[in-house]
Amino acid sequence: MPATDEKDPGVTRLDLAALRSRLEETSGPEYWRSLDALAETPEFEDFLHAEFPRQAAALPEASSGVARRDFLKLLGASLAFAGASACTRQPTEKIVPAVKAPEEAPGRPLSFATAFPSAGYGMGLLVESHEGRPTKIEGNPEHPASLGATDVIGQASILTLYDPDRSQVIRNVNEVSSWDGFAAEIRAILESEERREGEGLRILLGAVTSPTIESRLDEIRSRFPRAQIHFWQTENRDHARAGATLATGRRLDAILSPRQTSVLVSLDEDFLGTGPDRVRHIREWSRRRRPSGPDYDPPRLYVAESVHTISGAAADERLAVRAADVSSLARAIAHHVGLPVESPALSDAHTRWVKAVAEDLTRNRGAGAVIVGEGQAPEVHALAWAINHHLGNMEGPIEAVAPSTIDDAAMGESIRALARDMRAGKVEALFMLGVNPIYDAPSDLGFADALASVTHTIHLGLYADETARVSRWHVPAAHYLESWGDVRSLDGTATLQQPLIAPLYDGKSALEILGLILGEARPSGHKALRAHWQKEWGEPGFEASWEQALHDGVVVKTRSATASFRIDREAVRNAASALAGAGGVDGLEVTYRPHPTVGDGSYANNGWLQECPTPMAKLTWDNVVLVAPATAERLELQNQDVVELEVGGAMLRGPVWILPGQPEDSLGLQLGYGRTRAGKVGTGRGFDVYPIKTTSAPAFQTGARLTKTDETARLACTQDHGTLEGRHVVRFADVDTYRRDPAFAQHMAHEPSIDDTLYPNYEYKGHAWGMAIDLDACVGCNACLVACQSENNIPVVGPEQVAMGREMHWMRIDRYWTGDLDEPDTHHQPMLCQHCERAPCEVVCPVNATVHDGEGLNLMVYNRCVGTRYCSNNCPYKVRRFNFHLYADWDTESLKLQRNPDVTVRSRGVMEKCTYCIQRINHGRNEAKKDGRTLQDGEIVTACQQVCPADAIVFGDLNDPESEVAKRKADPRNYSVLGELNTRPRTTYLASVKNPNPALHEDDESDSHGTGGHS
Amino acid sequence: MQVFHRSTNVLSRVTIFGGLLIVAASFYLLATVNASPWVSRQGVAREQPVQFSHRHHAKELGIDCRYCHTTVEELAYAGMPPTQTCINCHAQIWSDSPYLEPVRASWRDEKPIEWTKVYDLPGYVYFDHSAHVTKGVGCTSCHGNVDEQNVLWQEPSLHMEWCLNCHREPEKYVRPPSEVFNMDWEPPADQLRLGLELIKLNDIEPREDCGACHR
Repeated sequence: MPATDEKDPGVTRLDLAALRSRLEETSGPEYWRSLDALAETPEFEDFLHAEFPRQAAALPEASSGVARRDFLKLLGASLAFAGASACTRQPTEKIVPAVKAPEEAPGRPLSFATAFPSAGYGMGLLVESHEGRPTKIEGNPEHPASLGATDVIGQASILTLYDPDRSQVIRNVNEVSSWDGFAAEIRAILESEERREGEGLRILLGAVTSPTIESRLDEIRSRFPRAQIHFWQTENRDHARAGATLATGRRLDAILSPRQTSVLVSLDEDFLGTGPDRVRHIREWSRRRRPSGPDYDPPRLYVAESVHTISGAAADERLAVRAADVSSLARAIAHHVGLPVESPALSDAHTRWVKAVAEDLTRNRGAGAVIVGEGQAPEVHALAWAINHHLGNMEGPIEAVAPSTIDDAAMGESIRALARDMRAGKVEALFMLGVNPIYDAPSDLGFADALASVTHTIHLGLYADETARVSRWHVPAAHYLESWGDVRSLDGTATLQQPLIAPLYDGKSALEILGLILGEARPSGHKALRAHWQKEWGEPGFEASWEQALHDGVVVKTRSATASFRIDREAVRNAASALAGAGGVDGLEVTYRPHPTVGDGSYANNGWLQECPTPMAKLTWDNVVLVAPATAERLELQNQDVVELEVGGAMLRGPVWILPGQPEDSLGLQLGYGRTRAGKVGTGRGFDVYPIKTTSAPAFQTGARLTKTDETARLACTQDHGTLEGRHVVRFADVDTYRRDPAFAQHMAHEPSIDDTLYPNYEYKGHAWGMAIDLDACVGCNACLVACQSENNIPVVGPEQVAMGREMHWMRIDRYWTGDLDEPDTHHQPMLCQHCERAPCEVVCPVNATVHDGEGLNLMVYNRCVGTRYCSNNCPYKVRRFNFHLYADWDTESLKLQRNPDVTVRSRGVMEKCTYCIQRINHGRNEAKKDGRTLQDGEIVTACQQVCPADAIVFGDLNDPESEVAKRKADPRNYSVLGELNTRPRTTYLASVKNPNPALHEDDESDSHGTGGHS
Repeated sequence: MQVFHRSTNVLSRVTIFGGLLIVAASFYLLATVNASPWVSRQGVAREQPVQFSHRHHAKELGIDCRYCHTTVEELAYAGMPPTQTCINCHAQIWSDSPYLEPVRASWRDEKPIEWTKVYDLPGYVYFDHSAHVTKGVGCTSCHGNVDEQNVLWQEPSLHMEWCLNCHREPEKYVRPPSEVFNMDWEPPADQLRLGLELIKLNDIEPREDCGACHR
């Protein structure tokens, strides 16, 4: 079927029309991972037949000039050397004890509570520290924005701490300088500013929730009454708050509680993947849906979205819709639930969808919620407030609170005012604390030009970035794990941040710079923090409260109270009619939002995030122009074609990626790439989308012109890596099927009985470790992947190696599509070593480097492995990873500090894979044995289990019938992947159950929502 | 006609068997060298920056092992004493002995003493002191009579085979937990019976799986 491109025989052109017709012909749901897989292109076949397809070409004769004889000579020599290297004497090592006894014994890891400031909002953490080095981040169960889990960015933030590219010195006009020189100049500037009441003094911050910073800013305002504080950050809540103001007259935030929701309607809001409460949303949503047998009454999630996100993938009913058309859906829903709003003219499909949504919402008064994405206009948000209020959803599913950020106006307005004042020459000294406006300010402000007219520019940042380059002074910032501070979550709960380590590069925190502005000789974040909370709590009992707050990671009684409000019906009606003009615009639309892993660009230099495949497209290391299959067909675009985009006068140039589920005529762009001064990892990767992002169009605009160029890019996409051939790998059903037959998944394949063997069965007498992964709970957020990387010292390999299928992640999230090419259903499946009781890898190892242990673990003995890769060839799950090169960085000092001392750092030529976190198992077992007690269920948690916001992963002892994992495996949804091979995997999966609205599928005779997994 | 002279037969035999012999000999040599104390450092006394005598402190003065190796019962790492531990006594006793100058210098300059590691396991071995000590493996079982050593040496070979000897037949080596720190403990005549009893009593089940130590 695939036709080979005439110009470039290496790349196969996809015939999308043919794919579409083939999908229509197939009866029953087929699932596929990529368009290449569907088309069975040679590239896909490569990955299918050989896990590491390009390894044979490692020594291409023609190009490198290495002949077969030379190759054999080299082989012989390397064997001899490899043998000889085993005989080396160990070098003499030193033991260097402390001079004075440290507070805690070396070798005992400790956990400290703090919080990760994610776009300004706190996510409570418990950070593990080995000998004074923070090594692993875990969620704080007591914290409302964490509930014990974290996410990809939170996990990876520890790598940023040790990033060797972090700014390490104070710079004055890009020359190395000193703190004393800096402080002296600042004092001089401030003295003159104080004389004119700070008229020329400006401070620019990102979103700030810190109560201490707030009180310090108040002090600054009273000392410099005419100074102004500005706020800017790409991920802001301007539209949501403007919408609240429109509808209620008050600037409010809405807090969603998915656990109290029976019908959840998201209008272009990725509530599971973005926003300060993303982790809590996933946790509550997955707890809300726990298939419980014939009486299971699941909630229903409707998502209309302009970019395919994990929220859309989790939806029971998803609608791919252009961002510009979302407002029409909102108006129609408002109309159909009975608000005095006129319904716009909609397509048949949209009308059906809206009616179904409205009906469900009306039926579930008080248990529904409508949420709106930040990219949508304030009026759409206002409509959502009105709808939720009208349906009584403000008692439970949605709660209104006062914002916990300290800004009191829209950030877009704030930075616009700053740019205006700078241009007018009103700004004498500008402190830019923890922001990078040269890179991410709206492009219509001409921020860089405006900044040139400011005499004293001071930048505080983790990196000597784009803004640092043009600033007079740059001060290296302290990482949040190096500094004192406080931060609040969306619901107001405050957390004290405590440093886990002294600043590696003498960085300063924003609190310390504010102290300097206030004239302190030795500004201290610690002092400022204590002073603020002393004021807050009063003197008696302060020390106890302080200790308690530091210990718990939450400050008691800081949660915001529910805000009362009234809906201004007139304003809402006006808002709805103001929207009448929007939507229905023809032509191409572009949407742009922070990249799923590197965010707005602040995390661009983090290798873990760069190499973490995006949840839907499975791309690493680059941003792309996401295009719907239908649009690609019409514009004759293929994957990796480089296109030029003209949007509102600005030009962009980037590679195309065809993503099923992307709305037609809507191009999805991701911010955060095209950095020019990010560091070795992030600089120069991808293309910068900020040039088209303006204050008037912060998230999308229409009227884009696309021109195809002759160029093609090479993207590192992992969607075909580790393909399992066909065979009911993911299993799912709709809720009716599930109710009729809860064990539907077990009937999809024949699994041989345990006695179908020539050999006697091994009896596991002690523990028998196993894992169950609930596919119904999993939303595909990737947190487990990065947590595993952090726990198990997994290296980053770079885009070229990823493109060859050599990424080292011990677990991957396989994303499968079923159904229609344009509006597919999505299924995620975390895939890791299955620890088969009859492991195919073990029998083929010539050196016994992979063996089974008495508790059922499939062990990998690195020091025995000689790198034949037979095991990986024979693994049907494709979960073994091979160190083709010395991927681990053995030289950079700062990165050595990050590593988990309980896990070997692997070298070149060694196979590795998931160990079920054997270091945690051994530790748990040892502790129990030492205390002479039996191990309790839940004492040993794997890194992926601990981080999972969805509680999808459970690990434990199968020999304990009371253990959580044993109970899960007794669930009728439980099935083994490729169990028909009689591998008897210890990792099993629980099939997912979707809850589609039957009203939307009445005419679907093909029953595309029955059970899935046939092929 | 014969192409080769008769002597070629001898030559070829010598070449073939001689070659095999050389290969075998070199393997034997490698194995021997590898197992020798030159590689394992078994029994090689190691010089230390301070002339510290375990014999003097542990035997003559009777200081318990745990006074310095504080975490041996709780953690994987037995613990090396900070300079402070030395100074606790040597601020008063022998406070001006020239032997102790490196210790005083460390205390004065706040520079740690860099001891040479005597028992040095490879990086891919994760050994846990506490797991052994709490189950009745005495200090001397692995470290020998440290209290007789002025300058410390590595008593066993530390080869994996040596570890496995005990993991496979712990009854030959375990002692009552109360005797773990007793330097003079001798296995009784009925050690095997006692060992089997202790194994039951203290729930001793040493693991032979690779994953017990390698991960």
